[in-house]
Amino acid sequence: MSAGSHNEWESELIELEKFIDSAKERARKEQDAGDKVLLEDQIMKLEVGRDKFLKALYSNVGDWEKVLIARAVKRPYTLDYVTALFQDFVELQGDRNGFADNAIVGGPALFDGRPVMIVGHQKGRNIQERQFRNFAMAKPEGYRKAIRLFEMAERYNMPVISFVDTPAADPGVESESRGISEAIAASTMKMFEISSPTITVIIGEGGSGGAIGIAASSRVLMLQYSVYSVIPPEGCAAILWRMPERGAEAARALKLTAESALSFGLIDEILPEPTGGAHRTPIETFGTVKTAIAKHLADLDKMTPDQIRADRYAKFRKMGQYDTALF
Amino acid sequence: MKQSEAFLQCQSCKKILFSIDFDQNLRVCTYCGHHHRISAETRIKWTFDEDSFEELDLDLRSGNPLDFPDYVDKLRAAEEKTKKFDSMTTGRAKLSEMPVSIAIADFSFMGGSMGSVNGEKVTRALERGVKEKCPVIIFCASGGARMQEGLLSLMQMAKTTAAVQQCREAGVPYIAVFTDPTMAGVLASYASVADVIIAEPRALVGFAGARVSKQAGVSKVPDDFQTAEFCLKHGMIDTIVARKDMRSVLISLVRTLGGHLYDGGSK
Repeated sequence: MSAGSHNEWESELIELEKFIDSAKERARKEQDAGDKVLLEDQIMKLEVGRDKFLKALYSNVGDWEKVLIARAVKRPYTLDYVTALFQDFVELQGDRNGFADNAIVGGPALFDGRPVMIVGHQKGRNIQERQFRNFAMAKPEGYRKAIRLFEMAERYNMPVISFVDTPAADPGVESESRGISEAIAASTMKMFEISSPTITVIIGEGGSGGAIGIAASSRVLMLQYSVYSVIPPEGCAAILWRMPERGAEAARALKLTAESALSFGLIDEILPEPTGGAHRTPIETFGTVKTAIAKHLADLDKMTPDQIRADRYAKFRKMGQYDTALF
Repeated sequence: MKQSEAFLQCQSCKKILFSIDFDQNLRVCTYCGHHHRISAETRIKWTFDEDSFEELDLDLRSGNPLDFPDYVDKLRAAEEKTKKFDSMTTGRAKLSEMPVSIAIADFSFMGGSMGSVNGEKVTRALERGVKEKCPVIIFCASGGARMQEGLLSLMQMAKTTAAVQQCREAGVPYIAVFTDPTMAGVLASYASVADVIIAEPRALVGFAGARVSKQAGVSKVPDDFQTAEFCLKHGMIDTIVARKDMRSVLISLVRTLGGHLYDGGSK
């Protein structure tokens, strides 16, 4: 039986880590010097064991487990990357058309001293935050805000860095009546119109149309344990077998991993995560992402604005696999 | 529709219709006005100049890049049923002598879903408009992206939308017609960014399918939710046109928006 959540999948590890923490606490309080040494020795052994267990657990991460890691609450979210990688970020809100969306955040910032425009999905860590962020499911106003920011980036010659982390776009009645489909399509189209270099990093869930609306970039990078899919595995299972609980099976069928996306030529690079995932050593992950963005920006800087647009069109134009039938 | 030779039943109001009347009325129910789904061939015959259609890109055929379970069987069954390789039929046609690039969807081929072949055909139809300097008309009918081709299908959304952007830049008008149903990945890509959007009466038009919405906990929807009429009311489409008037409305649009593309002005 497959685990239902990231915590469940890591449960033995989490138990072990908790036990080590409590043992450390006891060692700290231990008065008897001899017992203290004994305890500390035991802790060291436990930590070696924990490292081994962690390595083993993460040496063989299945497709469904990647879905769980991508959705993990402890995983760094867009604003964590913004804080760690950029300076002078000012969040700009409002679609200038009557609505505000909190599932997509964005605004200008400095990256290595250079002005860039940031756009990204934002998840929440607790119930209140999650509701405020609408579970990172953007409404039409989110994509219309993104369009505003893409246009501003074009105006001020700034590269765009987008962070993708959404289960899907918002499917509610409100979103339908305000044209969620049009908003996604228009945002996608805007990404082909502008001549700013654009880089997308899939940091967690790349959820179908909700993702593509801010992911049609010159370069698309995926973190090792992020996923990118045309439909959530549970949704796929619901349609195929009318059984959402067969998500693990659907995850395998959908080939939603970074390796698959790279092998189909749909992304440019996989960014490796530390053993134990981005959430266990975020600092290391921030460093990886920063280096990758800098590298790809330097590459894109060599192109003229016309070349940027032509390169982006050519990149997406090639996507797809089909046969040519013989008559 | 249930057809027993001379009679059939309307899918919507369930009244019994004479087959002859039904065809003469362009498969629109004479009682309730329900526009029944039609094949690409029938659509082309009823919309464009007689014998003007030249089909292209006939050789594109879906593979099974993901080794997705049962996909090949479903494809073969659809090919057998429709005698086609994909739901999209594309090529050149004319409207009152004016050349147009067209793509016509047929829902009966795997629910008109957009995989690599579908996306490629739409993209080529849009690019043909740019290359040959003629307006592009796409009749949409789709349940959305084709799940069985995974992320490759999702990328067709970006690819086709990028091609629409090329049309805009080249000054090539693109008209989309939403027929029953136009949903999800197709609606959220090339369909919704057309210069002009027309819908057939009561066509189902929406982002999230019923099963997806239900999973997301969406309940209590308005009676006309996800219909052409709902979209018109909310400003998401330009007009609703009955099948019998479609040809003449398209001619007017091609003549006005595409006038600059034809030698010697409009015809």
